[in-house]
Amino acid sequence: MSIKKLSFVDNKSINAIAIGGAVLGSGGGGDPYVGKLMTQQSIEESGGVKVIDIETLPDDALILPIAMMGAPTVMVEKFPSGNEFAQLIPMIEKMLTKPVVAILCIEAGGLNSTIPFSAASKLGLPIIDGDAMGRAFPELQMVTFTLGGISATPMAMVDEKGNGCNYDTISNVWTEKLARAITIEMGGSAMCSLYPVSAKDCKKYLIKGSLSLIHHIGSIIEKHSFNAYQILVKELNGKHLFQGRVRDVERRTEGGYNRGIVKLEGIDEFTDRKAQVDFQNEFLVAMEGDNVLATTPDLICMFDANTGAPVTAETIKYGLAVNVLGLPCDPIWQSKEAIDMIGPRYFKYDIDYKPLSTL
Amino acid sequence: MIRVGVDVGGTNTDAVVMEEKKFLGGAKSPTTVDILTGVEKAIKAALDDAKTSSDAIDVLIIGTTHFVNALVQRTRLAPTGLIRMCLPSGSSILPFADWPKALVNGMSGSFRLVKGGYEMDGREISPLDKEELINAVEELSASGCKQIAISSVFATVRGDMEDDALEIISKAMPDLSITLSKSIGGMGLLERENAAIINASLRPLAEEVVDSFKLLQKSLKLSCPMFFTRNDGTLIEAKEVIELPVLTFACGPTNSMRGAAFLSGLQDALVVDVGGTTTDVGEVKDGFPRLAGTSVMVADVRTNFAMPDVISIGLGGGSIIDLKEPMTIGPVSVGHELLQKAKVFGGDTLTATDLAVASGRCEVGNNAPPLISNIDKLIKILDKMVSDQVARARTSNKAIPVIAVGGGSVMMPLEIDGLEVVTPKHNDLANAVGAAIAQVSGQVSRVVLLNDEVDRDSAIQEVTEEATSLAVKRHADPKSISVLTISDIPLSYLPGNNLLINVTVVGDLLMEGL
Repeated sequence: MSIKKLSFVDNKSINAIAIGGAVLGSGGGGDPYVGKLMTQQSIEESGGVKVIDIETLPDDALILPIAMMGAPTVMVEKFPSGNEFAQLIPMIEKMLTKPVVAILCIEAGGLNSTIPFSAASKLGLPIIDGDAMGRAFPELQMVTFTLGGISATPMAMVDEKGNGCNYDTISNVWTEKLARAITIEMGGSAMCSLYPVSAKDCKKYLIKGSLSLIHHIGSIIEKHSFNAYQILVKELNGKHLFQGRVRDVERRTEGGYNRGIVKLEGIDEFTDRKAQVDFQNEFLVAMEGDNVLATTPDLICMFDANTGAPVTAETIKYGLAVNVLGLPCDPIWQSKEAIDMIGPRYFKYDIDYKPLSTL
Repeated sequence: MIRVGVDVGGTNTDAVVMEEKKFLGGAKSPTTVDILTGVEKAIKAALDDAKTSSDAIDVLIIGTTHFVNALVQRTRLAPTGLIRMCLPSGSSILPFADWPKALVNGMSGSFRLVKGGYEMDGREISPLDKEELINAVEELSASGCKQIAISSVFATVRGDMEDDALEIISKAMPDLSITLSKSIGGMGLLERENAAIINASLRPLAEEVVDSFKLLQKSLKLSCPMFFTRNDGTLIEAKEVIELPVLTFACGPTNSMRGAAFLSGLQDALVVDVGGTTTDVGEVKDGFPRLAGTSVMVADVRTNFAMPDVISIGLGGGSIIDLKEPMTIGPVSVGHELLQKAKVFGGDTLTATDLAVASGRCEVGNNAPPLISNIDKLIKILDKMVSDQVARARTSNKAIPVIAVGGGSVMMPLEIDGLEVVTPKHNDLANAVGAAIAQVSGQVSRVVLLNDEVDRDSAIQEVTEEATSLAVKRHADPKSISVLTISDIPLSYLPGNNLLINVTVVGDLLMEGL
């Protein structure tokens, strides 16, 4: 696999990043569109974004992840003011008495794959080529940094009105709880910076190259549309799990999760076969009968068979023909500790995780 | 009640005369550049066919592509300014983001952001500042924008700030015309605002079009009320079209689907409308088209007003067949020259119509059908093109019928995607029939936070009542109102139960009071 290293992001390359970000969203994480528009405006006003390799930074350099917290559905009505990022940085710098030297994308899937580019452009800081999930996950503690015992705090959160809030908590679970509650008071969405890390920790726990990867994936889809999945399978060591038409979508909402099951009926080379994909915001388990095709943390991605565009669990509809791909997760997610945090059993499936390549 | 329904399409203008549910007569006439000549000819011919005089007509209903054409061709767009009530939020994505530059220039688009807007639970982001608003509008007006679009954050949750702004501006600057975003689009600020801007830019043209139709009415001696058809297959008054022309954008495919359901007597079905160049596939439920769920691109601008969910493919009666392997049918078509160019009509081009005649599916033309060596394979290609789209348009496994309408419907097989195909009488006039039978609707979309006092049922009840009173205001007979759709979507990633509720009701047109 040869992926062209992303070194600079302009108003054209952010398009491909948004498409690739939707793919790594693995069906969830919100539509990157709003973040793409924010970034395009920032780039027009403040210039493009330099993308750098974490290895080029000294160990003691302070790296700041930027993310949006709350409901992506609020973000389609109420856009940020654009001043949030400039307010967040000094809050963290004051707590850590150190300057921030680079921005980090914490979640390379969904809406949070594009928002950090807007921050980096506005602040004139470079962005690190990597992230802490390699995909999208629903909860704040589900990052590689948690495996390294790194705390989400000091965390800062800012709303579009200029209200700022610092968190100093006893655990990442408390952070998730408190931050979620404040988000509601702030109107359902807020910009935050969390898991401030040193370059040293970052070098150890970062999923490297994920921004180059989403740019690469997006470029392939832009170029090859409905044929893109075949190239993605080859280049990313993935598996073409299924090609089928959606014959049922069962949905229910539980605890803020968009849960459900997509049932597929095979077409073309998959004729006369059936598969189903379970989702809780993200696609988590793909099965054909009793046979497990792929499970979290490996990525299950769906593509519109006619256009090649990534399909999300929120928008998937009866009748759509899709290609289902399994993509291997970063090896960091395959330790027992990691599987306890983001494996199928955490999401209440009675299945043991087996890596995609062994299924 | 005797109704005349007219549909102005790209190629033909159709007109029908109907008495309640009875088809009295109809006619087709080529669409003319000035539109009205074609409409006049079609109406006259339809009245003749129905043996009905113009003074017997109770209502005239028109579906037209005037406005969407004006936008696509970027002609006749008025200079338009937008006021977004959002500050301190909103500045990170400015209005006109992601628009084609030429279109923005075409309407001299400019904008101002001012304080205001709501949170998702209806709290104010900040109160509206009257002076700030007036100053902003004055600046836009001074730069030449006499059309003003107004948007406010979460206007779908609470619309009162947009109403207040309308009142303030109308009082201070009565010469400006104003479009409110909440009157047009659903959730999604940018998409709703885009729809409002497009609407505002089309208003002067809408006024002209409505006036010219009124003149035509006079010359045809049709002294009855006139309505237009909306994207959702329901009626809009002429005076409302002047204010909200975008609501008529997609009425063509809608009218054809509504007409198909009516003519076949099937309320739940898939509709395949086969024209000369393209085939539209959609689904009707309770006689109404299923609407596209998310955003819809109009002239390369993302909008979110209610549009039918239609899949179009480049297959029609005039589609040219290429016999070179791999063999293809369309998307290039002989279009309206079918009667000259197709082989069965004595021409020299092999078209989908020739294929249909050669395979025995229909008998048209005066010449013998051509001999086609790979006919079985070609028929398979044709059927697969249609069945793929039908499979995509289906929303359940239920075996519902497929209604085939339009001039090219004769090419359709007896079964598509395992579903029975029905070809009703007068199917070539389905569009105009759809216009003639249009009802009145009321649609409301809003976010409701459920708590101890408001449960899901009472929230839906409240939204339904709001939709009903909107329909009655639009001349629906209160006794005939029925609920067409209710949907509630929980907003994910948030604790608490926030529901996005959509309700649409429809009723019959009430002539009293018109």
